[in-house]
Amino acid sequence: MASLATRSALGAPALAALRDRSVLLLARGQLSAALALLELDGVARRLVLATPDLAAAHLPQVLRSGEIQALVIDPETPAEFASGLPAFSVGAEPHAPAPARACERASEWVLLTSGTSGAPKLVLHTLASLRHAFAGDVPATDARRWSTFYDIRRYGGLQIFLRAVQSGGLVLSDPQESVEDFLARAAREGVTHLSGTPSHWRKALMSGQARRIAPQYVRLSGELADQGILDALASTYPAALVAHAFASTEAGVAFEVRDGRAGFPARLLEGESSGVELRVSEETLRIRSPGTALRYLGPEAEPLRGRDGFVDTGDRVEIRDGRGYFLGRRSGVINVGGLKVHPEEVEAVLNADPRVRMSLVRARRSPITGAVVTAEVVLREPPGEEPARLARELTERCRAVLAPHKVPTTIKIVPGLALAPSGKLVRSGA
Amino acid sequence: MSVRSTITSQFQQVAIEQDRALAPLSDELKLVQSGLDSLSFAIIVARLEDSLGIDPFNASDAVNFPVTFGDFVRLYENFDK
Repeated sequence: MASLATRSALGAPALAALRDRSVLLLARGQLSAALALLELDGVARRLVLATPDLAAAHLPQVLRSGEIQALVIDPETPAEFASGLPAFSVGAEPHAPAPARACERASEWVLLTSGTSGAPKLVLHTLASLRHAFAGDVPATDARRWSTFYDIRRYGGLQIFLRAVQSGGLVLSDPQESVEDFLARAAREGVTHLSGTPSHWRKALMSGQARRIAPQYVRLSGELADQGILDALASTYPAALVAHAFASTEAGVAFEVRDGRAGFPARLLEGESSGVELRVSEETLRIRSPGTALRYLGPEAEPLRGRDGFVDTGDRVEIRDGRGYFLGRRSGVINVGGLKVHPEEVEAVLNADPRVRMSLVRARRSPITGAVVTAEVVLREPPGEEPARLARELTERCRAVLAPHKVPTTIKIVPGLALAPSGKLVRSGA
Repeated sequence: MSVRSTITSQFQQVAIEQDRALAPLSDELKLVQSGLDSLSFAIIVARLEDSLGIDPFNASDAVNFPVTFGDFVRLYENFDK
C-alpha cells in the first residue's frame, strides 16, 4: 500500500523516528488518521488504531498490551492522552515534503474491540488478513466511490477504507455531521458504495434524506439485518445491490449475503469458499479463515482461536429450512426465570409491524423472574393514535407468535434509540 | 385511582393477557391460588413500577414476599417513596 503522494502529513523526521516502532494512532480526525495509516504502513512495526471513544482510563492498558513506543496525535487528541511517550503530529492534509520510501516491512495492524468488562482488547491483524475478503477485487477501471457510516478505525469501516485504498475512491463520514448532512455530502460526491450497521441505515431512512443518494451497492454489517430493514433498503434503492455481511474484528469477514433475504444459506456451513470455513458448534458460529486475526495482544490475553484454528464468534445460529439465522449474542441472552430470550428474535417481530421503524428489546430486572423482557419502539410516523393502544396492539402481535416469556412486559414508544460509537444499538440492559 | 384499585386492575388485565383464570380477589386469597404464574407476577410488578413509580421488591430493606393478595397490596400501600 505504498503511498504515491509527494507530500507527507507526518513529515520525514517523524517517519524516520517511527520506523520499526510500535505506534499508537491517537489522531481523532478520520482524515488525519487515514493519512497516517497510509504513510506508516510498511514503515512502523506495529500500528495500533485507537477508536475515537477510547477512554483515557484505558490508555495505560493499551500502551502496555500494545508495547507502544510512540504516539501519533492530531490537534483534537485530548491532552489527557499525553503519556510521556514521544508524540508526533499528523495534519489533516499533506504538507511536508515526503521522504522517498518503499514498503520496508509487513506492519502489524492492531484493532481495538470492547471486551465484556469495557476495557478494550487488542486484536492483532496483518494487512493481508484485513484484506483477505476483497484482495482479488481490482477492476481495470474503477468508478466506485466508497463510503461508510462507520469510523475507519473499526473493523467495518477499515474494510471500506482498505477497499477504497486498493481501488476506487473514498468519502469519509464525520461524527460531528448529522446524518442528513452526511447524506447530502455523499450525494454531492457521487458515492456509489455505502456501508453501515442496520441501525445506521434505519437512522438514515428515518432522516427523510435517504433518497438523496443513489448507491449501486448498499452493505449492512455489524448487527443482525432483519427482513424489515433489507426490504426497506431494497425499496428505497431499487437499483442497488443490498448485501448484508457477517464479520467480526476477531473472525474477519465470514460471508456476504446478496439475495435480499435475512439469514444466510446453510450450505455456507459446508466445505470452504475462498479459504473461509464456517461451522456451527455448541450453537455458535465458528470461523477459520486467512481473514481471522492472529491473536489478542497483552500479558493476560486469552486465546483468540481454538486449537483447531477456528474463532468462536459467540453468535448463536439456528438452521431453519436450509437457512441460517442469527439468534444474537450468546451473552446477550435474556434469562426470564430460566427461559432464554434472544432480543433480536423479539425485535424482528416488532420490526415486522409496518408502523415500527426500529426497536430495542432488553432485559429489565425483575424481582420475580430475574428478568423480564421490555421493549422500546421507534415509529415510522408520529403516533396518530393513542400510544397506549398502539403498545397494546404490538403486544398482541408478539403474543400471537412468541412464547409468553418472550413477549415484552412493557412497550414504550420512544422518539429515538441510542447508537453506540460502533453504530450498533446500545444494549445496556439490567 | 387508589393503589389497591390500580393493583386490582393490573391483576385482571394480566390474567386476561396471559389467558389465566383469575380467582376472585380478596385479601385472604393466597397468591399461589390466584391462578397466575410467576411470569404473570413479574409482568404485574414491572407494570406497577411504571404506573405507581415504586418497586417495593427492590427496596434496600429485606422484603417479606407477599403470600396473600392482601399482603401484596399492603406491600405497595406501605412502601415509603
